[in-house]
Amino acid sequence: MVEIKGLKIYYKTLRGDAKALDDVTFTINDREILGIAGESGCGKSTLGNSLILLKPPMKYVSGEVRLNGERLPIDNTVEMRKYRYKKISLIPQYAMDALNPTRKIGGIIKDLVGQHRVKYEEIEGRLHERLRMVKLSKDILNMYPFELSGGMKQRLVLVISTLLNPDLLIADEVTSALDVSSQKAVSLMFKEFRDEKIVNSIVFITHDIAVLYQIADRIAIMYAGKVVEIGPTEEIMKNPLHPYTKALIKSLPNAGIRHTHQKLEGIPGHPPNLINPPEGCRFKDRCPFASDECLNEPPLVEVEPGRYVACWKVKGR
Amino acid sequence: MLEGEGKMIRVENLTKVFTSGGIFSKNTIVAVDGVDFEIKKSEILALVGESGSGKSTIGKMMLKLLKPSGGQILLNDKDIYKIKNNKEFYSKVQGIFQDPYSSFNPIFKVDRIFKLIKQSFKKEVSSSEWEGRVEEVLKKVGLNVGDVLNKYIHQLSGGQLQRLLIARALLMDVDVLIADEITSMLDASTRVDVLEALLSLKEIGASILFITHDLSQAYYMSDKIVVLYKGSVVESGSIEKVFSNPMHPYTRMLLDSIPQLDRKWEEDRISVEDFDKSRAAWKEGLCKYIDRCPLADLNCVRPKLKLVEEDHYVACVKM
Repeated sequence: MVEIKGLKIYYKTLRGDAKALDDVTFTINDREILGIAGESGCGKSTLGNSLILLKPPMKYVSGEVRLNGERLPIDNTVEMRKYRYKKISLIPQYAMDALNPTRKIGGIIKDLVGQHRVKYEEIEGRLHERLRMVKLSKDILNMYPFELSGGMKQRLVLVISTLLNPDLLIADEVTSALDVSSQKAVSLMFKEFRDEKIVNSIVFITHDIAVLYQIADRIAIMYAGKVVEIGPTEEIMKNPLHPYTKALIKSLPNAGIRHTHQKLEGIPGHPPNLINPPEGCRFKDRCPFASDECLNEPPLVEVEPGRYVACWKVKGR
Repeated sequence: MLEGEGKMIRVENLTKVFTSGGIFSKNTIVAVDGVDFEIKKSEILALVGESGSGKSTIGKMMLKLLKPSGGQILLNDKDIYKIKNNKEFYSKVQGIFQDPYSSFNPIFKVDRIFKLIKQSFKKEVSSSEWEGRVEEVLKKVGLNVGDVLNKYIHQLSGGQLQRLLIARALLMDVDVLIADEITSMLDASTRVDVLEALLSLKEIGASILFITHDLSQAYYMSDKIVVLYKGSVVESGSIEKVFSNPMHPYTRMLLDSIPQLDRKWEEDRISVEDFDKSRAAWKEGLCKYIDRCPLADLNCVRPKLKLVEEDHYVACVKM
């Protein structure tokens, strides 16, 4: 289980700190796929990256992260080395394009596990078995990354990043660059890796809520550095409570809707500047329900068992 | 015939072959393989398929950015490669691409960009009338005049820029617009505004080629659809008919894979690509989809598009 409490991660800029992650609190349960969705710039990738490596200009401000009760030294890049890849593994955005083009895939994997003092021979059997799980032939170990298609590379990256059976796998936009057919295959393989207990929990970051609906157990919606709503997938999709979640889901074209029958609606305006975010609720300038009470920041509170929303207008609080 | 009724763009037996390699080994890749379709006035045609299926190559050829290896593209019954005056051609046909930031000159402000269109294409319009028109089209695509006119490109969001490009096409009163993945870089909340702006271009009578890999969007926007697989059309026709009754195994697989908001994926039906058996199959004159098709056998010779019902064509020998 991973507990994140009051986490603040800022980016240093010349004009002041950009508050990319501002007081974020939630837990990732055992055996769970937690989906994180939101527009670009909402802090979803910052969240994933901060659990692995705080690269400048990213800086730790406050808050803590606990993995199975143990406090993670996320503010200490050297100490974190013990956890990276072994306990927490990250598939960053565009990971599939980061495979060394001059090395064969087998060689890349050998180098990688070597860095973590694991002999290739020890994990070779496991590697072959996992490749079979993602429907790749073991011949690819003798091939170069450019010989694989995008979907194949993404499946390979899944295998590589989970070779040491991490507790937590963070997948950042792993299906965004793929075609629908590969998107389905890759997403379901993540689910299979969780079901087969290869990884304990998965954080699946994406802007595509429709994919989350397919595979996530719970969904967290982020807006401008804050978690605004979190709850079971089915309930978030069928009965969104936060005005932002509502608008976001309304803006998605679902198969079976034509413009002549039903007009989709966008969300007017754009997200606030995170260097000087507005006082109170950060969504209030775009929110149709905003009133004076929104000048105070709404806390994320449990409105129904397991459902948390940060909005003054939501009944039941 | 009424004036303007017959205006359309038609693609006939369009083919593009790329060659790579040197003197000793020459590889040829057939990126587009005998594609036919037409887009009438006020019609949106969705061109869908996976990456590498040839969607963008077709778009580029229709914009005269890439010369076809065979076949022709007819704009109002005239071969576009016989229109020698490019200015005349581009005043009728325009393209919008995935990355709006690379479509504008970053050292000009937006009002200057609109003035340049007047200078190049609409010299006969007076300045004051032009300003009025600019305001009108900006309103039409949902942009606030004060928000955009005095800004540089880097000060605007991707959604605003894509809408500016549509406004530009509206101003030029184009006959044909090629829209190549215009929403894939945008967030869900701004994507809708761009799609709505595109629909306003359809209203003024433009023929629109809507290239996308997002099938839900294709259905939302379009009147007709062409499904491409490895450069060949596997299914085409009215979008209602293709979506309600997909016949080709590839189209079925694609529609099955759409992540929907009210129905979960069927987990037993996963289709993954394997190694390049396909190229070998293609050489043997068999169906290009043979390596992934659940129905395939060795009788699957290269199929031709056949009419299965009114306004619905399928290329599969099993049909």
